Amino acid sequence: MSTTATTLFDKVWDAHVVRKIQDGPDVFFIDRHFIHEVTSPVAFLGLEGRGLSVMFPDKTFATADHNTPTINQHLPVKDPLSANQLKALEQNAAKYGISHWGLGNPKNGIVHVVGPENGITLPGMTIVCGDSHTSTHGAFGAIAFGIGTSEVEMVLSSQCIMQPKPQKMRIVVNGTLNKGVLPKDVVLYIISKLTAAGATGYFVEYAGDVFENMSMEGRMTVCNMSIEMGARGGMIAPDETTFNYIKGKDKAPKGDMWDKCLAYWKTLKTDEGATFDKEYMYDAADIEPMITYGTNPGMGIGITQAIPTADQVDSGKATYEKALGYMGFHEAEPMLGKKIDYVFIGSCTNGRIEDFRAFASIVKGRKKADNVTAWIVPGSHVVEQQIKDEGILDILTEAGFELRQPGCSACLAMNDDKIPAGKYAVSTSNRNFEGRQGPGARTLLASPLVAAAAAVTGVVTDPRELIS
Amino acid sequence: MAYDKFTVLKSTAVPLPIENVDTDQIIPARFLKATERKGFGDNLFRDWRYNNDDTPKQDFVLNNPIYSGKILVAGKNFGSGSSREHAAWAIYDYGFRCVVSSFFADIFKNNSINIGILPVTVSAGFLDKIFKAIEADPKAELEVNLPEQTITILPTGEQESFDINGYKKHNLTNGFDDIDYLQAMKQEIGAFASNRLY
Repeated sequence: MSTTATTLFDKVWDAHVVRKIQDGPDVFFIDRHFIHEVTSPVAFLGLEGRGLSVMFPDKTFATADHNTPTINQHLPVKDPLSANQLKALEQNAAKYGISHWGLGNPKNGIVHVVGPENGITLPGMTIVCGDSHTSTHGAFGAIAFGIGTSEVEMVLSSQCIMQPKPQKMRIVVNGTLNKGVLPKDVVLYIISKLTAAGATGYFVEYAGDVFENMSMEGRMTVCNMSIEMGARGGMIAPDETTFNYIKGKDKAPKGDMWDKCLAYWKTLKTDEGATFDKEYMYDAADIEPMITYGTNPGMGIGITQAIPTADQVDSGKATYEKALGYMGFHEAEPMLGKKIDYVFIGSCTNGRIEDFRAFASIVKGRKKADNVTAWIVPGSHVVEQQIKDEGILDILTEAGFELRQPGCSACLAMNDDKIPAGKYAVSTSNRNFEGRQGPGARTLLASPLVAAAAAVTGVVTDPRELIS
Repeated sequence: MAYDKFTVLKSTAVPLPIENVDTDQIIPARFLKATERKGFGDNLFRDWRYNNDDTPKQDFVLNNPIYSGKILVAGKNFGSGSSREHAAWAIYDYGFRCVVSSFFADIFKNNSINIGILPVTVSAGFLDKIFKAIEADPKAELEVNLPEQTITILPTGEQESFDINGYKKHNLTNGFDDIDYLQAMKQEIGAFASNRLY
């Protein structure tokens, strides 16, 4: 009997199709569902309105992250609307028997940080959350993507959503990364090549030396930003790095179940000869530390390059001029040396321990620039504790930085961590949209190393100049 | 949540010829703090529509009384970014029932159909024709015919057909949603779940 060469994506997708609807979407089974305070309350209201219950409460996990404060978390939340959402999440979780890691819980943190660090995210799973950066979990060889609130209600009530199968794209990056180039630079580079809509309609598999040699934290950073080129998600085949990361985690399989899972996980890779609808190949040697200059994540360049002119970009002239006008930048200007006001390190993109290690590697022995306000926000309490245990907090304190408490923070500015209008922020988060970090805020997306270099010099600086 | 059935919509349209309109522009994050689905239309395109002191920005299209209607026509890659369904809610709540663009972000497109907004994808050339027709006459009407899957610029008679899968079309024309469908197959889902490894 001949077998067909199959992609990793097909293997996982096809294993979750409960029913195929002719001329319609697949009825798609969901293994893990994460919920947070912002996109779930209306879904629970919907359940109540229809008199439905939660079909599998043990497959849904709740954490509060989007609008939680990052200082004085022991005090009542001041903003009454935020407090109300947090209370609704707590009450809904209690009512339906859903695990809830609310504010003050030692397991609390950003949903896409706490899922993996507690072993909830596993290879071969389907994972959804009412948050587009759910693509993060694809780093484990899972199919993970963001959904809307109507779909949250579907998953709660039936553990399924209706989903047309996306097309398949493979992005291969081979070679060795240059000094000072981090996973964030790799993904910003890819998005700059494909544009902010270049992978819409596709699910991406990342393959090649660069991803094989990457840590789990790095893979999560890359998969996290898949949505920023329009892809529903991105995934990387699980390997020894993945298995070693998962083993021993709180909710990871143990004993016989571990062996059973491991045997299955080892089958989760793209077979030789399997085909994709689209493929791109890049050379790691071409990637330098990246920075964005515009108002979508596709508007990125190598840090030593100049801002492109309108005729060099894909978007229409009016759209391009609007973007540069918002940023207060001009065509053909260099990015190096631009004065900045804020630095934000954190978020589901770069809020894990490796990110703070990278940040500290440049900060060590230097001082925070006087013109810079820095918000340093761990992705979870676990990461916060690692920062303390590894002596990173001492390095930060010595350099004049303060550590805040976990949450989404200035990535989307739903809490008080808002960049003021007109100010420039070098941010390790994922979106540089107009007003994303506060009304009128101007965001330059970059890696933790670029953020650190900006934080100690006060201007956009090539981190390679500060690496010994 | 129940929505109005969608069959044939004849309406003037509001033009927004900007590309890559992300959901943070459609509804900024600071307006996502409600625990009920109401009032989102007031903050549709909030930061493009209002100054910091809440006075309307006169040059933004929604503040221009010449333009009105139930159809929003936008540049390519509309609805990118965050998965917030609040963006679709804001568009629906404001009074739009149809969004026309040459390219939509996936999650926004799903969210729209799920709440009863019809996203119509047209060719870049046809999108240009629509913008030109509205520029020539802001009262120019479009007709979006879901059963026939066509969109027509009425003053010129130019027409293009659009894609939608049969299942979603059936839902929209009848006002059904996916939850009705899924509830009817819970036994099948339960059996499927019991065979999962985790």
